Amino acid sequence: MIVAEAYVRPRGVPRLWGLCAAAFLLVALLVGLGVGSIGISPLAIVESALSRIPFLHVHSPLSSVQDAIVWQLRAPRVVLSALVGGMLAVAGASYQGVFRNPLVDPYLLGVAAGAGLGATLVIAYGGTSSQLVPPAAFGGAAISVALAYALGRSGRATALVLAGVTVATFMAAVQTFVQQQHSQELRSVYSWLLGGFSTSTWHDVAVAAPYIAVSSVVLLLHRRVLDVLSVGDEEAASLGVDVRRVRLAIVVAATVGTAAAVAVSGLIAFVGIIVPHAVRMLVSTSYRAVVPLSLLAGGGFLALTDVLARTVLAPQELPIGVITAFFGAPFFALVLRGTR
Amino acid sequence: MIELDSVSVELGGTRVLDEVGFSVGAGEWVALIGPNGAGKTTALRAIAGLVEYEGSIRVDGGEARQLGRRRLARACALVPQLPERPPELTVGEYVLLGRTPHLGYLATERAEDRVAAARALARLELTAFAHRLLASLSGGELQRAVLARALAQEADVLLLDEPTAALDLGRQQQALELVHELRADGLTILSTMHDLTLAGQYADRLVLLDRGVVVAEGDPTDVLSPETVATHYGAAVRVVEEDGHVFVLPLPAMVSAARSRRP
Repeated sequence: MIVAEAYVRPRGVPRLWGLCAAAFLLVALLVGLGVGSIGISPLAIVESALSRIPFLHVHSPLSSVQDAIVWQLRAPRVVLSALVGGMLAVAGASYQGVFRNPLVDPYLLGVAAGAGLGATLVIAYGGTSSQLVPPAAFGGAAISVALAYALGRSGRATALVLAGVTVATFMAAVQTFVQQQHSQELRSVYSWLLGGFSTSTWHDVAVAAPYIAVSSVVLLLHRRVLDVLSVGDEEAASLGVDVRRVRLAIVVAATVGTAAAVAVSGLIAFVGIIVPHAVRMLVSTSYRAVVPLSLLAGGGFLALTDVLARTVLAPQELPIGVITAFFGAPFFALVLRGTR
Repeated sequence: MIELDSVSVELGGTRVLDEVGFSVGAGEWVALIGPNGAGKTTALRAIAGLVEYEGSIRVDGGEARQLGRRRLARACALVPQLPERPPELTVGEYVLLGRTPHLGYLATERAEDRVAAARALARLELTAFAHRLLASLSGGELQRAVLARALAQEADVLLLDEPTAALDLGRQQQALELVHELRADGLTILSTMHDLTLAGQYADRLVLLDRGVVVAEGDPTDVLSPETVATHYGAAVRVVEEDGHVFVLPLPAMVSAARSRRP
């Protein structure tokens, strides 16, 4: 019997698409750094970046003002938007796999409502400029998901989803109540809820990056297991998978990363659904491709979206969530049409 | 190979299996028969470690619940009656999922896993289908893909839940011939079956379950009597024996009435 093992090589990430996604992210980062009230060419940015590496002897063409604009003002928000976008996309893809539902997003188990409540409490009782908003949002998100998990104890997907809806509804009710009681802070609560990167600093990047990095690595390692879960809980169990443990591990990893992302950026919708779906339609539906490509493409997508948010009505800023929805939905429709 | 001793299972407060005991020897094909709701599928699920049970199930000499999920999956491969078919996977990727119990939790497949999956594909003549998406397969081809996934598990025992459900007559025969050949390769088979004639022809022994209790066990010619079938299925049948093979033919009321009128 001729056994050709090449026949059963899982598709993984096709090299061309891997390069495309990496190039997309790189271009998005360069556009983010170069576009704004003062335009700076991509070449100058690359030279300036290389000039920071010792022993290369590249001379930065940027003036000190330009240098400060690129590396102190634009870079943190560009990097943070890419981190948050990648995180939301990869968490969305993982949630969709673990709940075997393509319409699920990373806010399913109450991350958004919990983070919203945490942030609102701090803004209402602690003042707008409070450094406590990100940790409070993170804590609220974590508590929400932990509550949802405790409620949907059986670990079955449907029980968890219902528990998540229950917790999210309750958190949203409390959040709305607190918000109405503190109408003078309404504006800052709203601007936090709508999400954005207008105040992002390197400090925010440093706060969120470790969580996002660990969470992404854990989710990337689970890409094969996510394919196994596609045969359903029962069959996955008969293949030796402890489905409840796997689901818990993936949900915890996705939640920690999402909570960190939400804590520094507010609630940005659509990314977690649009990006994984675009990857599925363009490349492959196997999670071995969807998870890594979502990470790269999500980063590029949100970095570009943020450029639009700060340039369309410059010097005014649009809430980034408005842009993700406004441009994301038609893009989604295009991809949908193109692959039919 | 598999020994059940006083196995009881309760599902939602109902006792679905009640002190069930039977065994399947190495290389044997045993068919679980019985009316709807008799507990056939539950027995398979208990062996595969998918439901809690009281009593003892020994697989390969070890107590199933102590083997752990992965070792149990390396010993028994379950083919469910209505397998999920993730349309997004290729046949090759789907069969490769059968290697899961041989892989570390976060590991990816090694060359030996791909060889095992390729061997399973070749055994079921699916090599040409390796790159096709599952969604594009017909019912019979899908059945083969599911069997190939179970073969890739390289377990000694195949647990088949209604392997012929939803297949036409020709495909039913092909599927069972295939299982027959796999058994000749050295596998041990425990299957649930609705069709009593097919069960009697292919299996070495039958175990008849009714309301969670084993009511008859043994050679097909012994188990499949018109009286037994009438008692437990509530069906009027004629049983024809030819060259040691049993054929169970349903006898509609009008036919049996005509027969009794005949002088």
